[in-house]
Amino acid sequence: MSLRMSFAVTFFLLSFSLSSLAQEAHVGNLTGNVKRGKALYQRYCIFCHGTYGDGRGESAPYLDPKPRDFTKATFKCRSTPSGSLPLDSDLYDTISRGIHATGMPSWKPLTRQERVDLVAYIKSFSPRFQEEKPATPVVIPPEPTTSPESVKRGAELFQTMNCWLCHGKEGRGNGPSASSLTDSKGNPITPFDLSSGAHFKCGDTDQGLFRDLTTGIDGTPMPSFSDALKPDQIWDVVHYIHTLRASNKSKPGQTQAEPKAE
Amino acid sequence: MLNNFGQTFKDNGYQLGNDRDSPIYHEPAYWPIMFRVTPQWHRESNDRVAVDKIPGDASSGLVESSISKSGFDLSSIDIVAAGTLSKNISFFVQPFINSGSTSIAQTWVRLDNLAGSRWLNLKMGKFELDEPISQERTLTLNNTGGSYYNYFFTPPGDNNFFTGIGGTQLGVELLGHSDNDYTRYSVAVLSSNNGQTGLPSNQTYDVYTNYTQGFEVPALGLQRVGVYGYFGKSPTYFQTSDGNPIPGSGTGNRSFYRAGAYGLWYVGKFDFSTFYMHGQDNVFLGNSVPANQPSKLPAGAAGPAWNGGFVEGHYDYNPRLILISRYELIRMSRQANPSIRGNSGNLDTWTVGYRWYPIMNPRAGLAWVQEYSRIVNAGTAPLSGKDDINNSFLMGFDFDF
Repeated sequence: MSLRMSFAVTFFLLSFSLSSLAQEAHVGNLTGNVKRGKALYQRYCIFCHGTYGDGRGESAPYLDPKPRDFTKATFKCRSTPSGSLPLDSDLYDTISRGIHATGMPSWKPLTRQERVDLVAYIKSFSPRFQEEKPATPVVIPPEPTTSPESVKRGAELFQTMNCWLCHGKEGRGNGPSASSLTDSKGNPITPFDLSSGAHFKCGDTDQGLFRDLTTGIDGTPMPSFSDALKPDQIWDVVHYIHTLRASNKSKPGQTQAEPKAE
Repeated sequence: MLNNFGQTFKDNGYQLGNDRDSPIYHEPAYWPIMFRVTPQWHRESNDRVAVDKIPGDASSGLVESSISKSGFDLSSIDIVAAGTLSKNISFFVQPFINSGSTSIAQTWVRLDNLAGSRWLNLKMGKFELDEPISQERTLTLNNTGGSYYNYFFTPPGDNNFFTGIGGTQLGVELLGHSDNDYTRYSVAVLSSNNGQTGLPSNQTYDVYTNYTQGFEVPALGLQRVGVYGYFGKSPTYFQTSDGNPIPGSGTGNRSFYRAGAYGLWYVGKFDFSTFYMHGQDNVFLGNSVPANQPSKLPAGAAGPAWNGGFVEGHYDYNPRLILISRYELIRMSRQANPSIRGNSGNLDTWTVGYRWYPIMNPRAGLAWVQEYSRIVNAGTAPLSGKDDINNSFLMGFDFDF
């Protein structure tokens, strides 16, 4: 075999293996398999997310909000900064937890291996997962103790950072901008009603709320506040948001455990 | 059978648990109702039927002969409405229409997640028992092998009012399950009316219970095993008026039970259901003798007992094409009356078929079905006492909307 031929074969094999690796998924000690994930996707996900992962499944017209378009590789719930790809564990957590107040249920009835297989297949819909790597996850510092002062500071930030424009002065999701908001695909979108006591979309822990404020919720008008606010200030906002919840069932420091990538 | 996601959805009271389960969040035009029916062509044959030697001449004597019939036909029409009345209140209504008559297969309401716990869900009405492998969801439809014989078996000579765990029953059911549904339990208290409305039998109560545990096997995924039992009493005679039984006045209740274990196994594109049942009826039920007339029991009478089971395999070539096979058997281990042949009541059934879904979407489904089934009933030929064999072949469209 000539040197040129050997080089070509090596290059082909290397490209092939890199491509395969890019479409794998790793969560804990589990490795997702695209082929198995495809079979699962066709059984469970295709009706909403569509054959091509573009969110145009047969049920999509009846759903609000619309199913995620995986071809864009834009995901709401991430531990990585705004604009970055999510970690495999982020996708796994979303599949496991579901997204409250949407058509996306919890898929905990599937085995952990099956959920990781689905992550692998979902990643195959967008070339971004082969071309980019997820950014380093945001750091969540220890939560300071909540106090009236912390809540007061959070309330002030809620005003000065214009959170109220969308979420409303009392957090009811009825701010002056609420009716005109759209997501990244132009579909109308409603700001979260912080007073409802409903589960937050990306998890109900204080750490989850801190993360959402830090990373933003990509694909929606909810921006990242990582540049505008210091970590202590973000914690103040988290503490204030808790006071808006009608049932106040999720008090700081008493939140439910969020599913983690096992 | 349902996969684990479907089972979880059902056990959650047809709720996804995403704060959008109440009907107020549904499209106003959406009404959760569907129907299912199967236009079909089928052929039935029985190789040992007692027929007159000369048709129409009753004095010509009887001989055993093979009889077959075939033609286009229609199944009963199932109508199903199910969903939520409100968050954590579910309902199910299933009438069916068959040859001009209408019956209620199931009607129940269920309070879900009582006290905020998924371990407490209470259902009341007429419902399918929490069966190990659902009779209502069987993939086969033909006359001979369309249902599970173990679910409806009655021994020779027995007059138990209860006809089997495959029928829908009236009562209340408490069911609970873990977050991922790997662990499930149910306990039902049922009127001993065999699911018939109008209190036709006596006011005793039966108990059915089922416990299931799922577990993961590396490289294979979720597997499931469980145990179940139905324990009840049935009347052996009725109060009479001028010698005629008075409905609802059954008395002389005697006990019976059906119990066993099962497993649901998944190996790649194959899945297998394995099922075992042991059944036993009281001696008075088994011999159709009123409990207040023990002298009528034949010498050597005993409570009939039997064992049975089946293995059903599916190969999911893809979600739209499923190959099906099943073998089912029942073996009598003790006859009620010593004069009954030891193997009478034994049966063996083989079923093969496939379902192909050219259409499969969230609002409708259409399957092309072909099935063949054969049953051998031991020693039941009417004249010779030989084995009686029935064959069924069915093909048709099974569709719902």
